[in-house]
Amino acid sequence: MAFKTIDLNMGPQHPSTHGVLRLRLAVDNELVLRVEPVLGYLHRGMEKLWESQTYVQAVPLTDRLDYLASLSNNLAYILAVEKLMGLEVPKRAQYIRVILAELQRLASHLAWLGFMANDIGAMSVLLYGFEAREGVLDVFEAYSGGRLTVHGMRIGGVPFDLDERVIGLVRRALDEIPRKVADIEGLLSQNRIWLHRTEGIGVLSAADAVAYGVTGPALRASGVAWDIRRDVPYSSYGDFDFAVPVFGHGDVYDRYLVRVEEIRQSLRIAGQALENLPPGDFRARVPRVLKIPPGEIFHSIEAPKGELGFYIRSDGSDKPERVKMRSPSFLNLQALELMCKENLFSDVVGILGSLDVVLGEVDK
Amino acid sequence: MTAHPLVVDFLIPVLKIAAVILYPLVMVIVMIWMERRVVALIQGRLGPNRVGFEGILQPAADAFKLFFKEDIIPRQADRFLFNLSPVLVLVSSLLAFCFIPLGESFRIKGYTLTLWVAESPVGLLLVLGLSSIGVFGIIFGGWASNSKYPLMGALRSVVQILSYEIPLGMTVLTVIFFSRSIDLVAIVNHQKDARIWFGFLLPVSFVVFWISGIAETNRAPFDLPEAESELVAGYHTEYSGMKFAFFYIAEYAHMVLVSSLVVILFFGGWLPPFPNVAALAFLHRIPGFLWYLAKIMFFLYLYVWIRATLPRYRFDALIKLAWKWLIPLSALNLVAVAVLRYVL
Repeated sequence: MAFKTIDLNMGPQHPSTHGVLRLRLAVDNELVLRVEPVLGYLHRGMEKLWESQTYVQAVPLTDRLDYLASLSNNLAYILAVEKLMGLEVPKRAQYIRVILAELQRLASHLAWLGFMANDIGAMSVLLYGFEAREGVLDVFEAYSGGRLTVHGMRIGGVPFDLDERVIGLVRRALDEIPRKVADIEGLLSQNRIWLHRTEGIGVLSAADAVAYGVTGPALRASGVAWDIRRDVPYSSYGDFDFAVPVFGHGDVYDRYLVRVEEIRQSLRIAGQALENLPPGDFRARVPRVLKIPPGEIFHSIEAPKGELGFYIRSDGSDKPERVKMRSPSFLNLQALELMCKENLFSDVVGILGSLDVVLGEVDK
Repeated sequence: MTAHPLVVDFLIPVLKIAAVILYPLVMVIVMIWMERRVVALIQGRLGPNRVGFEGILQPAADAFKLFFKEDIIPRQADRFLFNLSPVLVLVSSLLAFCFIPLGESFRIKGYTLTLWVAESPVGLLLVLGLSSIGVFGIIFGGWASNSKYPLMGALRSVVQILSYEIPLGMTVLTVIFFSRSIDLVAIVNHQKDARIWFGFLLPVSFVVFWISGIAETNRAPFDLPEAESELVAGYHTEYSGMKFAFFYIAEYAHMVLVSSLVVILFFGGWLPPFPNVAALAFLHRIPGFLWYLAKIMFFLYLYVWIRATLPRYRFDALIKLAWKWLIPLSALNLVAVAVLRYVL
């Protein structure tokens, strides 16, 4: 029985396109022939907006990029500005930034774990993931007042020192998360249905991953050992002992394994940073009106979703002349068609989930 | 002394027919409430607990809301089939309850009151047949919506239900080999005389029947026709208001029906457990209907538990499971039971 090829719109209103992504699919019954992401439903003109904000005012804009990892966005932008200024940040501030960024990675990965499992149909894991993430959000709330779009870093350092209450909350989160992640792993890692839905699905070879500019957990699941925290250390990441998990199959299951392992490594890094928190200032002296001499810079960090970079060109005023983001979700999404072709319709959902795209960052 | 003919010929049948409509609906309400509360508790939430005692009236409030919602019929839809299919789905699953016995018949003042509406020597066949008619509602609904996701949901559901009818039918045959009857009351009575429930006698049949039953009712992990992360809402995507509620109620009524069948075929219907242990004879004093309800509730709970735990199958794995595992297994089981029955 031959079915006509159907053009199917998945999104922008669809339960599992994680926001407002629209995929134009061509399907032959259940078989997917073409996948074309249609972007722009969440476009807010971020890069243009930047040009009308001062360097300091622009920091909260980054919160709204990848809204599941706002502190990582803060860090990427601020590090780029500091590098352009040639500003040296106190060691204590660097360590606090590491703690916050790693907690943010935990929050992002835990939320991903929940979304991913929900896409595959394990509805309870969604809630378990969010419950585990709650401990991290409590830290953010106590530290800066925000939970989702946390504005928790400043040019020159961090806005507040870590007080006893926040440190207690961090310790509690670091203690609780391993147990909760173990529960989730118990439900998924050896589950036959989960294995069938993830193993060998959406394979991305190492060569293709590099060619498409895929970064982050998806790249490491394809067998490329590239982690900016280790390979081009920033913000004192060189001081910490952590492993970079790499798996070789490049399928959805390996992306799951990479992220679960990264949760453990993030716990280690945050724990080490908290134990060895150096004394001193938490903020460098920064002029109130920040004028940066003409020049240009590109700096990138390892955000939870991949390599997040900022290109900034300064014309000597207090506002950047041009800002360009290299957002990991946008580039990772480009490899979607390659992975989805000739797969079944159900797998598109799983593969898209495994890439961990956030539309705030794709559409900017 | 005999009862008044008006009571016997009119009042009792009318009451029974009312009961046959009300009983599944009450069970559906209980099931919806239980599912939402149990899933919530498994997930570390509270679930609906505001309307009525512990939220027991939440399903009623939902139905009330759906009743007042705008009834939208898509412009391209085939209006006749679009309107027909929710009715078909609901009526077929409610009608099947006519043949489901709720307990032993008992005598009041010389009149034998039976706890079923229609007694049929082929009750099992009728129940299976009626519950299969529901699939037409799903096909018509998916096709008549004239929309892509419902169509895909309907296509999936046809293949799924047709595939799982086969092992279901073959396992039912093994029960019939032992009971030598397809009258549901006779099947239970046979288990009473044999002093063993068929579920313990035919464990393979029970497992295959239960898995197929979950697939027949389109429930997780086989809820592909309405997989919300893939097909939005599957075959009933375009339905709203009471028509959607009809699908919803029918799905839950179907679950109650499958649970009832499992209990009747494999777990002795309204019979109390441990018939052979003299020390537990007091269990026989509890009315059979309560045993029956308790057993049904257990299987409904199992539905919920499975749904909260397992991810969803992919379509090809679902069909593979039916054709490569369940159908050969049930065929082997059928032959083995037939030989066993012949030898015994």
